[in-house]
Amino acid sequence: MQAQAVERSLTGERAVTSGRRRVVGGRTFWFWVFVAPFLAGLLTFVYVPIVWSGYLSLFDARNTVTPRPDQFVGFGNYVSLLTDKAFLTSLGTFMVFTVVIVPLTYAFSLGLALLLQRIRVARTFFRSVFFIPTAVSYVIAAMIWRLSLFNGARFGMVNTIVRSLGGTAVGWLSGDTPVYWVVLVSLRLWLQSGFYMILFIAGLNRIGQDMYEAAALDGATGWKLFRHITWPQLASTTAAIVLLLVISAFQAFDEFYNTLATIGGYPPFARPPLVYLYLISLGGGSQNLGLGSAGTMILTLVIVVFGVVQLVGTRRLEAKR
Amino acid sequence: MRQSRASTIGAYVVLGVLALVFLVPFYVMIRNAFSTSSWISSPTWHLLPNNWGSANFARLLANTNVGIIQALGVSAVIAVIQTVLTLLIAAMAGYALARLAPTGRGPMRRAGSVVLGLTLGTLMVPSTVTFIPSFVMVAGLGWISSFRGLIVPLLFSAFAVFLYRQYFTGFPVELEEAARLDGAGYWRTFWRVVMPNSIGITGAIGTITFIGAWNAFLWPLLIGQDRSYRTVQVALSTFMTSQGVDVPELFTGGLVAVIPVVLVFVVLQRFLVEGVERSGIG
Repeated sequence: MQAQAVERSLTGERAVTSGRRRVVGGRTFWFWVFVAPFLAGLLTFVYVPIVWSGYLSLFDARNTVTPRPDQFVGFGNYVSLLTDKAFLTSLGTFMVFTVVIVPLTYAFSLGLALLLQRIRVARTFFRSVFFIPTAVSYVIAAMIWRLSLFNGARFGMVNTIVRSLGGTAVGWLSGDTPVYWVVLVSLRLWLQSGFYMILFIAGLNRIGQDMYEAAALDGATGWKLFRHITWPQLASTTAAIVLLLVISAFQAFDEFYNTLATIGGYPPFARPPLVYLYLISLGGGSQNLGLGSAGTMILTLVIVVFGVVQLVGTRRLEAKR
Repeated sequence: MRQSRASTIGAYVVLGVLALVFLVPFYVMIRNAFSTSSWISSPTWHLLPNNWGSANFARLLANTNVGIIQALGVSAVIAVIQTVLTLLIAAMAGYALARLAPTGRGPMRRAGSVVLGLTLGTLMVPSTVTFIPSFVMVAGLGWISSFRGLIVPLLFSAFAVFLYRQYFTGFPVELEEAARLDGAGYWRTFWRVVMPNSIGITGAIGTITFIGAWNAFLWPLLIGQDRSYRTVQVALSTFMTSQGVDVPELFTGGLVAVIPVVLVFVVLQRFLVEGVERSGIG
């Protein structure tokens, strides 16, 4: 306390007399001080684990993170994954899920943003209603979806509606038909659309009003305004949102697990990559960290390749324009 | 933009219908939390609950298999510590990358871009995808079933660093120069001038981090294996997939777990919206 007070009076004085105080260390020194905690953590908890896992992926490492030399299997784990139909199916599941959820979320959240732009009264209210589901966890959303909305019994909410329209109750999650996708897609759409709506609102707000006014003078209205001004102006927003949506679909785990897992385990269908990895490496009684690590390496490669392709594609498109 | 009255009315109608649909899950959760089991599984859908009062809540509190109070406590500890430390670490690193990266000809002249490259490199590969490497590391450190294992690996958010860096890059440099002229060093300038003027971005990143930490599932499922480290999400998930689940009790738990985070969200939503608008994503 005293030291601080002394320091303060000293700095005050110096500020008046010379306008300058002796500063400890130079810019480079402080760069390292500021960046050190993050850099140390990033290396320890992201880069080192990936290297370690890459090493483990070459071993038959069960229930251990430090395998013995005689457990070395070379690329055996990679071979068994890439020849495992279930693994390839999980990649297919991701593609199906992505092809449905990405365009749907994109169109829906853009639609919400455009609708909100057209109104004045109660805009904040509507924005909040669509945004609030973002705060709900996938666990709780899955609880609502599987036990009430899409409960396969007659009393499920959607089944009640189906029956009142003259249909029979649908077994949404039984796996007999792929209707479970309706459950999984509607859940994610509800939970994530509000967030992307906010991104779109930000993107729309950056488009200058003068562009619309100029186009309106030329007689453009409605669809034409959207097609020739809004859409091209949103190009970078679109690129960012599609990238975020695909990465987030790639990470799908929580809602699949909590919607479909039962006391008897996880059903054989609807296993996206992370669910598959979890089930083969950590979900059972024992840990197969070698195989799981090999799977992680493959998935990391897939997402990196996708990201690079997307970035290069976007750059090309921008250069063309 | 000028527009016809009919199209405005149309927008309100569509928004109104969609808003109602978006509120249905909240309605269902509240209805179930205040109903009896037989009321919920009745073949005709009952619009209103039949069991107002705290009976379901009392049963939930007494259920030692769920341990809701302890689970809420674990979630709160994790979410608060993770949010505070993530902000601290990310703000400092973001500031360093935006303002303090070494320049000139020294051997350090590329340090800034190397660190930035390491940061951006992990943006593409989210920590969820590399849950096995993280698990390997935490197991190697002997941190399974501990708060350290649950929290520490998640404190180094490349996304938060990147957002802070973008924000600080656009921060008016005159403010810092004025502080420097008054004799403040880098450390003091950062804490006395830069951070107090960064409430908005800090509120936005803090809200995202807090909600993410409170709602996290996979990592706590792997690391919080011991019952005393179960978060509320893991506790509810375990309860949901166990035998003979008491549905009203489960939904009461869901309601209890969702209230704090929705409150935080409603109060801090403004920061989030502003933060997104300024961050330049999108």
